[in-house]
Amino acid sequence: MITLKLAFRNLFGAGLRTWLNVFVLSFAFVIIVFTNGMLDGWNRQAYNDTKNWIAGNGQLWHASYDPYDPFCLQDAHAPVSGKISQMVKSRQITPVLITQASIFPGGGMQNILLKGIDTEQSIIRIPSASLKDSGDGIPAIIGKRMAASAKLKIGDHVLMQWRDKNGTFDAREIFIADIFSANVPSIDNGQVWISLAELQKITGLQNEATFFIAGAQYTGGDVDNWKFRDLKFLMKDIDAVMKAKKSGTSMVYMLLLALALLAIFDTQVLSVFRRQKEIGTYIALGMTRGKVVGIFTAEGTVISILAIIAGLIYGIPLLMLIQNTGIPMPGSVDDYGLAISDKIFPYYSMGLIMSTVLLVIISATIVSYFPARRISKINPTEALKGKIQ
Amino acid sequence: MSDNPIISINGLSKHFRAGAGDFTALHDINLTFRMGEFAGLIGPSGSGKTTLLNIIGSLDIPSEGEAIVLGKSVATLSHKESAMLRNIHIGFIFQTYNLLPVYTVFENVEFALLLQKKNATQRKKAVMEALEWVGLTDKERSRPAQLSGGECQRVAIARAMVKRPSLVLADEPSANLDAKNSHHIVQTMKRLNRELKTTFIFATHDEKVMKYLDRIITLIDGRVDKDIVVESPKN
Repeated sequence: MITLKLAFRNLFGAGLRTWLNVFVLSFAFVIIVFTNGMLDGWNRQAYNDTKNWIAGNGQLWHASYDPYDPFCLQDAHAPVSGKISQMVKSRQITPVLITQASIFPGGGMQNILLKGIDTEQSIIRIPSASLKDSGDGIPAIIGKRMAASAKLKIGDHVLMQWRDKNGTFDAREIFIADIFSANVPSIDNGQVWISLAELQKITGLQNEATFFIAGAQYTGGDVDNWKFRDLKFLMKDIDAVMKAKKSGTSMVYMLLLALALLAIFDTQVLSVFRRQKEIGTYIALGMTRGKVVGIFTAEGTVISILAIIAGLIYGIPLLMLIQNTGIPMPGSVDDYGLAISDKIFPYYSMGLIMSTVLLVIISATIVSYFPARRISKINPTEALKGKIQ
Repeated sequence: MSDNPIISINGLSKHFRAGAGDFTALHDINLTFRMGEFAGLIGPSGSGKTTLLNIIGSLDIPSEGEAIVLGKSVATLSHKESAMLRNIHIGFIFQTYNLLPVYTVFENVEFALLLQKKNATQRKKAVMEALEWVGLTDKERSRPAQLSGGECQRVAIARAMVKRPSLVLADEPSANLDAKNSHHIVQTMKRLNRELKTTFIFATHDEKVMKYLDRIITLIDGRVDKDIVVESPKN
């Protein structure tokens, strides 16, 4: 306690030197919280959007289904029967059927994934109610990205070609009943959604599905030959990208933290040389060398505590403002293939703040300790004269 | 003055490494100091005064012989034990005052009491009393940079005396002061020596200080040349 008290006194007495170190370290502290908050906010938003728009509470996949292999779609479907049929009826799960198709917007051709979804489903947010038959061809919905790339708008008609279960080509016009705005590119880019019943009818895959999306009541586990993929599995791509982003970002803020710590280290090294007389005086007044080392080390700790207080003073209003207004994201980040909204709203968890506080305090204490260790070898009689040893 | 020896120095020598060889700063010193003495080590520069004070103050250890201070042989004390000896029983006064520049006068004087873990009330009372001894109660909030040399040395005296030590070691306390201030601070120490029975040992070659000493030990080339008890020192 005395050590901390004396360290506080020394630092407040040192004036500008202390406050410069405090400012640099507090800046690093705020930046670390901000960048991690951004990534956590992005991660949360991506997780929630993916869950709400496509993942539900997990999915039951056909054994052959692989979302990264379009050729699997030919075989990755099976009749909805038995136990799983009961679950569909009780709306615990909702089926999705996928096939490959092509559309011909503006005279060009675009390959798409044609997805069928129950018009009555309410498990995910896709506005499937818009797919109810209006008697004007096959109603289809697409996402905003797809609409932009194919230059389609609501009410447009476009020719669509597909193969039925026997491999026979067929074609009809679809009309765009709705364009939804989702932050999840995996349900949008290159995809057209139509009614499940319609897709089953035009492909001849009556009562068949590729996978099912589980609702809140579903408790998990495989059903018959359908393999359950939980949220952890479905989010692994997001997790992998986030980990990669975090490690990349952490390099930046670690560099910033290292610069701040270097300033403290530098100050401490200089202090041990410059304050020889003071060190000698402490020892002459009855302080053990260990306690003197403790004071110098505690000075680094106190700088970090002051930096955190300063960081909280200007960081809280600043970070709260950013949390409320969000950070606009450039359109190009859609290319990551991740769920990302127009704005990212950072999320600052207590765990993030506490871990950053600990990181700053512990690292500042360590870099202060190393130069201070020299004090234990100082000859007090030489130090009293101010001789550099 | 009591007959009890507060310091016994027996056959003490101190060697320092100097280049390839050794330099002997103190040769076979034998001295005894009694409680309440106002004694001075005098001699030219390099005669070993400061070295002897440092050993008595347990800031250094003898190469040969022993120095027993308040019943403890300084050579055998651990770092912690010698720190405790200095903290509780020994006050230091230095030529260059060695005040902590970022502390106020009050905080400088308070420092030793903080180490002794005295509570705030006890510290405040003791510090104000010590500042009253040296006539600096009005400067308690000043920092050393705002004080004159004489005032700084009076703060150093207050800092040495605030814990009521048995022994005060003063190394050239008047070397940086003018004649008036030199007299003033030595008179202050003499008064404290009388009133509190504190033993003072000086290292000095200032004749103004010598007039007040009741025992003068002359060191020449690290040996005791003379050890004279002064019959009627100045008060």
